Amino acid sequence: MIAVEAVEKTYDGRHVLGPLSLDVPTGARVAIVGPSGCGKSTLLRVILGLVRPDAGRVVVAGEPLRDENKLAVRRRIGYVVQDGGLFPHLTAERNVTLVARHLGWEEGRLRKRLDDLSAMTGMDRDALARWPVQLSGGQRQRVGVMRALFLDPDVILMDEPLGALDPITRRRLQGELRGLFRALGKTVLLVTHDVAEAAFLAETAVVMRGGRIVQQGAVEAMASAPADEFVRELLVPGSP
Amino acid sequence: MKLAAAAFSLVALATTTASAGRERVVIGSKAFPESWVLGEALTLLASSTGADTEHRVNLGGTEIVAQALRAGSIDAYPEYTGTLREVVLHAPKATRDELRSALAHDGLGITDSLGFDDSYALAVAPGVAERESLRTISDLARVASRAGLRGAFSQEFLGRADGWPGLRALYGIDLSDVRGVEHHLAFEALAAGRADVVDAYTTDPEIDRLSLRVLDDDRAFFPRYEAVVVYRLDLPARAPAAFAAMLRLVGRVDRRTMARGNAAVTTEGGSTRAAAAGLLRDALGAGVPDVDAVGPSMARVVSAALLRHLELVASSLAACVLVGVPLGILAARRRRLAALVLGAAGVLQTIPSLALLALLIPALGIGVVPAGVALFLYGLLPIVQGTCLGLSTIPAPLAESAEALGLPHAARLLRVELPLASPAILGGIRTSAVIAVGTATMAALVGAGGLGDPILQGIALRSTPLILAGAIPSALLALAAQGAFALLERAIVPLGLRLRTHVE
Repeated sequence: MIAVEAVEKTYDGRHVLGPLSLDVPTGARVAIVGPSGCGKSTLLRVILGLVRPDAGRVVVAGEPLRDENKLAVRRRIGYVVQDGGLFPHLTAERNVTLVARHLGWEEGRLRKRLDDLSAMTGMDRDALARWPVQLSGGQRQRVGVMRALFLDPDVILMDEPLGALDPITRRRLQGELRGLFRALGKTVLLVTHDVAEAAFLAETAVVMRGGRIVQQGAVEAMASAPADEFVRELLVPGSP
Repeated sequence: MKLAAAAFSLVALATTTASAGRERVVIGSKAFPESWVLGEALTLLASSTGADTEHRVNLGGTEIVAQALRAGSIDAYPEYTGTLREVVLHAPKATRDELRSALAHDGLGITDSLGFDDSYALAVAPGVAERESLRTISDLARVASRAGLRGAFSQEFLGRADGWPGLRALYGIDLSDVRGVEHHLAFEALAAGRADVVDAYTTDPEIDRLSLRVLDDDRAFFPRYEAVVVYRLDLPARAPAAFAAMLRLVGRVDRRTMARGNAAVTTEGGSTRAAAAGLLRDALGAGVPDVDAVGPSMARVVSAALLRHLELVASSLAACVLVGVPLGILAARRRRLAALVLGAAGVLQTIPSLALLALLIPALGIGVVPAGVALFLYGLLPIVQGTCLGLSTIPAPLAESAEALGLPHAARLLRVELPLASPAILGGIRTSAVIAVGTATMAALVGAGGLGDPILQGIALRSTPLILAGAIPSALLALAAQGAFALLERAIVPLGLRLRTHVE
């Protein structure tokens, strides 16, 4: 579904990414883990076409990402960021329906999709009339997920989606997200610094460091056979 | 800016009626009563020949009127040779011929003297003049110290090199006491016997009212300020009959006639038109049509000024928004352009309004066009700044979210970025509106009317009620603008941006 081919990115002479290649098959759930600054968020931005790579290319659903198809490709990707990334000037409902309204969906179709997604994400239907500042952190995150899913995308990209939540809400949402991913069967690419979360939500993980992939595979498999000291430190609980 | 100028031209066109085939003369006058009366007298003379006339009364400083004349916005206006030497030639000692040829170079001509000087002069109380047999300033210098004479002079006269300091040095006058007082109060002090000598303009109505004796400047210290008419050299060919009628005034207005004309407006509070008709009767005898002696009521003057003020503010503000917001959007997109646009708008802001108006006259003439364009230029910066600031301070994650959703540029701008920036944009527009309300009082300097008109007239007539009649509505208007924008903010800025309650 997503193919990242020999991508490289340099900012102000600093190599932040690559050369890096990654293949995410359709229906796979992949987590990218690594310390902050390892290039994992930049990789997501490259896939969305928000950052243009200096070399290499990205192919989404068989289509190489170019300026001309950027908008269409983005609409096949649902993007969820920390705290939902909601627009404060729109109600929760308007946040969720923003792009669909721009595309001219009629009211009945919007309503149907809202009902479906509220049920799917466990979002209180009435709370959708509120402004983002009036919602709890968990509600904002649910609204963010609803917005990402609204156009029924093939791929879901998540950048530290649960980073701003308290531990209890976080654990509950992790469970809900896992159920949702399994039910929908979407291709998921998730960025997190939390290895436990990666193991819980994804089937395989990709360990990144200094803009490159160090090792990939199932978390348990990598933990039992870490490629180097760095991976061992990152993955094995209680390692020095 | 071209668009704005065109829009204001349309307004100007709508307010003037052009009639083909007739001679057309536009007379200007400066912002003081003597200029109004002379300008109105010239206008009456020109229209008595059947010409289509207009009197652009109460224009700002000499620069404004002179520029308006060069630009062809007016055809003629009353002026003084001393002022022309200072402002046009920058040579106070220039001869009449030098002055004439310098003006001809600009396509302008001057008439011979209308018959009086409006120069600085020293005036003494009649009793003192009689007792000490004072006729000249030299007489005054001879007796001043012995007789213990006291002077009460205006601050300006005390400060100018061609005023008291120079006069005292040349004549060797030794007054026992010299005080700086407000010009008007000096006459009161003299009438009350607390001063003996005052400075005066030779056509000051107070001279006749108090029967003061004007001392002859026998050593020719004061520059000569002969009253003349300055006109465009194409006027005699374009409007020969009207021009000939105007020339009838040359040599016919003596000091007393002018002083009576001034008194009719200043101390008697009559209309300029009635004063001009009186002046023509005194100067030329009969043959002047009777005119309405009563001017329009204060309420009508103020409401007309208020309406024009609102028109100027509203049209310039609309142009500011239409141009400023897109410029702000561009500036937010391109850093280098931002520096350029904000820099240029900032420089415009620093140009004094009188100078900016004078700069605009050659291209735009006088009236609402240059006034509107000046207001537009002054109002632009806050809106560009507000828009640029509002857009460039949108948090990066939000801007990125809008992009990642797959919204195209225009939709991102309209649905996300502009609404998020709306508080800052509206703040810029509010600042611009308040600036416009205040600055629009300057529009009166170029004959565009507005609340500056009663203020300028009030200053010229020393009439506090008239000044307040312009200043109070202007201040109230600024407050009203603030209030209107507070309401507008509730209507425009999305509620979600105004709420500050975080539920956790």
